Amino acid sequence: MRYETVIGLEVHVELATDSKIFCSCSAHSYGAEPNDHVCPACCGMPGMLPVVNRRVVDFGMKAGMMLNCHINRVTTFDKKSYYYPDLPAAYQTTQWFAPVAVNGTVEIDTPAGKKAIRIKQIHMEEDAGKLVHDLREDTTHVDFNRTSVPLIEIVSQPDLSSAAEVEAYLERLKTLLRYARVAECEMAHGTMRCDVNLSIRPEGSTEYGVRTEMKNMNSIEAIKRAIEYETARHIDAVENGTEVLVQETRRWDDVKGKSYAMRTKETAGDYRYFPDPNVMPVVIDDEWYDSIADSLPELPEVKFERYTSEMGLGEYDAEQLTRSIALCECFESAVEVCGSAKDAANWVISEIMSILNTKGMTYDMLTVNGETLGRLIVLVRDGKVGRANARRILADMFDDATIDPEAYAEKMGFIVSNDTGLIESVVKAVVAADPASVAAYKGGREKALMALFGKCMKELRGNCDPQVLRVVLLAEIEKA
Amino acid sequence: MKIITAKTDCACEKRIALDDMILTSDMPTAAGSRMLDGYMSLFDAEVVTRLKEAGHCVSMKADVGEFAVDLMGETSYNGAPVASGVLVNAACETVKNGDAVAAISLDVNGAIRRGAAQSGLVCIKPTYGTVSRYGTIPAACSGECVSVTAGDVKTVADILSVIAGHDDKDGTSLPAEKCEAAGKVTAPVKRIGVIRALCEGVDADVQAKLDEFCAKAQAAGIEIVTFDGAALTAARAAWNVLMSAEVCNNVSRYDGVKYGYRAERFTNIDELYTNSRTEAFGDVLKSVILYGSETLSTENYMKVYDKSLRVRRIICEIFADLFEDADAVLMPAVGKMAYTEEDVKADKYMAFSENVYTAPASITGLPAVVAGGVQLVGPALSDAALLDAVARIG
Ligand SMILES: [Zn+2]
Repeated sequence: MRYETVIGLEVHVELATDSKIFCSCSAHSYGAEPNDHVCPACCGMPGMLPVVNRRVVDFGMKAGMMLNCHINRVTTFDKKSYYYPDLPAAYQTTQWFAPVAVNGTVEIDTPAGKKAIRIKQIHMEEDAGKLVHDLREDTTHVDFNRTSVPLIEIVSQPDLSSAAEVEAYLERLKTLLRYARVAECEMAHGTMRCDVNLSIRPEGSTEYGVRTEMKNMNSIEAIKRAIEYETARHIDAVENGTEVLVQETRRWDDVKGKSYAMRTKETAGDYRYFPDPNVMPVVIDDEWYDSIADSLPELPEVKFERYTSEMGLGEYDAEQLTRSIALCECFESAVEVCGSAKDAANWVISEIMSILNTKGMTYDMLTVNGETLGRLIVLVRDGKVGRANARRILADMFDDATIDPEAYAEKMGFIVSNDTGLIESVVKAVVAADPASVAAYKGGREKALMALFGKCMKELRGNCDPQVLRVVLLAEIEKA
Repeated sequence: MKIITAKTDCACEKRIALDDMILTSDMPTAAGSRMLDGYMSLFDAEVVTRLKEAGHCVSMKADVGEFAVDLMGETSYNGAPVASGVLVNAACETVKNGDAVAAISLDVNGAIRRGAAQSGLVCIKPTYGTVSRYGTIPAACSGECVSVTAGDVKTVADILSVIAGHDDKDGTSLPAEKCEAAGKVTAPVKRIGVIRALCEGVDADVQAKLDEFCAKAQAAGIEIVTFDGAALTAARAAWNVLMSAEVCNNVSRYDGVKYGYRAERFTNIDELYTNSRTEAFGDVLKSVILYGSETLSTENYMKVYDKSLRVRRIICEIFADLFEDADAVLMPAVGKMAYTEEDVKADKYMAFSENVYTAPASITGLPAVVAGGVQLVGPALSDAALLDAVARIG
């Protein structure tokens, strides 16, 4: 018999707000010293009251709209109770009864064409802390930096049917959420994590088989391996009776390439959800709703279409630029200033992207302002700054986003000289000092001209129109 | 009777006692529980900050029953506060004895209102959201309020004006204009409705207080009418459900891991939790935890918890209807003028039946003023009007 795999995902995404969901501690816990970003509130000490960070609701709504969800205009927070040392108040504040967004869809590409994956809901919640096990001392330390960092959980319907579809879905989620600038979605940083619910059924059947859940998956490759393993295990159990499938939570061991049932103790329990009386229902009025709706970005495929058909870029360039909303925004505002899509695309793709790569930064981390880049491009095009010097200015703009290209070029002595007197005197001196190269050029060696040209350019510190220099140099050699 | 801490022997006119549900950074706060014995908060409650800024001397902590859910304070790990066989409320005693000019309490289940009624003091449980709960030990957050108790109406009103007002640190805090409205008498109380259903079955002393209050009110030109109000007795059961569930959830954080009491013997994390909580919590609180946990279970949530939320809404509607015909309603605060040690020995859960009188205001968040041994409940933000009424009645 042929089987179909039925997969639903619960994806946790850390929202990229500056502060935590209910207190003003920094939410940027990645890489910080343990317990650097904590206060009595996120440590669950008595007496602190949660105050909802409005940015978190902004981001939750934005994520919902990107995934074509209905936004609940009255959204509430609820308490979920369980004991674990990384959960300081012994409850997590989440959304159980009225999540911010429901009933959405995400479209993915499959070999059989487009497929719509239904989204059941998106809810906002706080993250838990981290346990650090010290095997040497046989103790466990608790780090509360991540406690109360805002998350959204995106719950899909069981509409996915293969590892490839899961990968396409996760990639699409990343793109959409990154475009909306609500999340980093970097599995390696733990800013995107995934629970996989999986069952199998005979192809064509409409009933669901026994479902197992694998929690906290944090790499796409591991997810793909786990799905393949679980699918095979389920089929083996059904076909050959190797084991009896039970609805359970399993842990994926990516090193061994196997899944294991978790102790029932780790999974059992009633979370005893109830509305958090300390958090008033959040009412999203039209003004708030519209301000978020108006801030949604153009989708990457729409940009691609516009870049290629309206702006005349090649497909390769358009594809490179649409890899990140930050690149697109930089490119688009550079075009507005310099008027040339071709020039702006060149600068973003060959200069900016390579600097980001060298620095080990993601494209979304770009801080260079497109308007400033546009002005730099104009300086080069007008022959006011040489290309090599413009590159240096750009590199400095990465460290200081406030750099004004004209003033900075002036300050650094990068403005191309129109003083032909200066050029002539430099050329005269260089030619007089190197009779050997002059003779070689006259003897037919083209390279000798380049050497003389280079020396002059160096003397002029690059601030000279190469065309002008060439004419003056040839005239001088002629005279010599 | 135990006053936990009297930090200074200051004898100034501005001494304020806090009950031990209100956090202070310079005195321990134990919430009447062995679990928090010696617990030092990292910060002061907002009400403490406001009192200090206004020049008050906040130097005294009065004991409470464990997490303030009991009748008078009898479940404190320090033992029941008793004066000649009669249970007393420690915060009220500080005022009665002249140790403090006023006491600030967290009214979770009415213990302070019962204490004030019994001691002949004036106490206000203000409109929910007009006084910040920042820095109060959470128990039943949906209904608990910071209250003021003193010997006379003027002192209560003065202290309330210091601590009331919007606070950004409390997400349930009402906007500034509403807090201000609660402090002004816009519509003086002209007609009071007596809730007959709640006056039935009280003892003769309480009945006498009710009669006396009504007679004085009429003498002050206030009309007295009678309402049946039987449905208001349902507030008790619903409040017990909501309160227990919230207390269960709020005390879950005391697990022996980070602070507070930790059992000496355990072999793993689960035992650490279980043994610490078993040893540190008292019997009544344990019952509340179990009851609360049960009402929130998947099986019971809709049947019990959600239904109680609906009862809360209905009680609010009933009050709204009553306030169409009266400016305030009168009800007892206690069933008898003196609860004895014997009473709570015979029934240690007495707080959960005697709160029939205090639950209507707790579950709705309406302001309640206790004076002359009885309780006046008014519409939201009628705080100043209620105090004005009891001042006129005298
Ligand atoms: Zn914090």
